[in-house]
Amino acid sequence: MMNKQEILEKLPYSAPFLFVDDLLTIDENGATGTYTFNKDLDFYKGHFKDHPVTPGVILTETMAQIGMVCLGIYLSGYIDSGASSHVMLTSTAIDFMKPVFPGEKVTVVSEKVYFRFKKLHCKVEMKNEAGEVVCKGTLSGMVTTKLNG
Amino acid sequence: MNKEELLSRLKVIVSNYTQNKEALDSINEDTDFLKDLKINSANLVDVVLDVEEEFGIEIDNLSMEKMLNVRAAVEIIETKLHEAGRE
Repeated sequence: MMNKQEILEKLPYSAPFLFVDDLLTIDENGATGTYTFNKDLDFYKGHFKDHPVTPGVILTETMAQIGMVCLGIYLSGYIDSGASSHVMLTSTAIDFMKPVFPGEKVTVVSEKVYFRFKKLHCKVEMKNEAGEVVCKGTLSGMVTTKLNG
Repeated sequence: MNKEELLSRLKVIVSNYTQNKEALDSINEDTDFLKDLKINSANLVDVVLDVEEEFGIEIDNLSMEKMLNVRAAVEIIETKLHEAGRE
C-alpha cells in the first residue's frame, strides 16, 4: 500500500501549480491535507488589482489536488499497482463562503462518495486556520494512465 | 418488461446527460452514447450507475466496457434482469 510520501511524489504537478504541502491522512474513504498560499504567488498581482484574494479556481484546484487527485492515486494503487495513474478532473460543483487572503494556510478534507468504473466522486471541504469553512462542494474525476485524456 | 418500456426508461436516464436533444428524440438501438449523444466518459459512468439503481441490477466492469450504445445497454439490462429472475 502506498504511503503519503509516495503519493506526493506521484503528483504530476510542480510550482507554480502544485497546491499540496502536506498530506495528513489518507485511506480508502478520504484524504486530508494542507497548503499555505505564499503571498508572492503570481496571480495575486492581478486578482484583484491592489486587492489580492485567492481566486476561486485556485481554491477549487487546491481541493482537487489534495482531496481528489491524491485520493485517486491512492485508490488506484490500492486496486491495481500497475501503470502509474493520474486523475483527470471531469466536474466541479463548489460553493464559496469566505475569502482566502495571501499567506493563509488551508486544510482540505475529502470524503469518497463512490469510486466505480474509474470514476472518483467525492465531497470536499476547505477550512482556514480559524476552522471556518471557506468553500465546499463536490468534485469528480476519471482515473487515467495518460494526462491528455 | 418489454423492450419498449426498457428503452423509454433508459431514455429518461440518458436525457440527464446529453445536450443533443435531436439525437435523444430519435433514440433507437443504433444510437451511440459517445458519438451520437455526445456523452463523455465520466457521464457514461453516471448513466451506468443510474441504470443500476433504476433496474435494481449490478453492472460488472466487463459489461460496463460494452455499454457504448443503446443496443448493448438494452442487451445487458435484459441479461441482468434475466439472471435476477425478473424479466
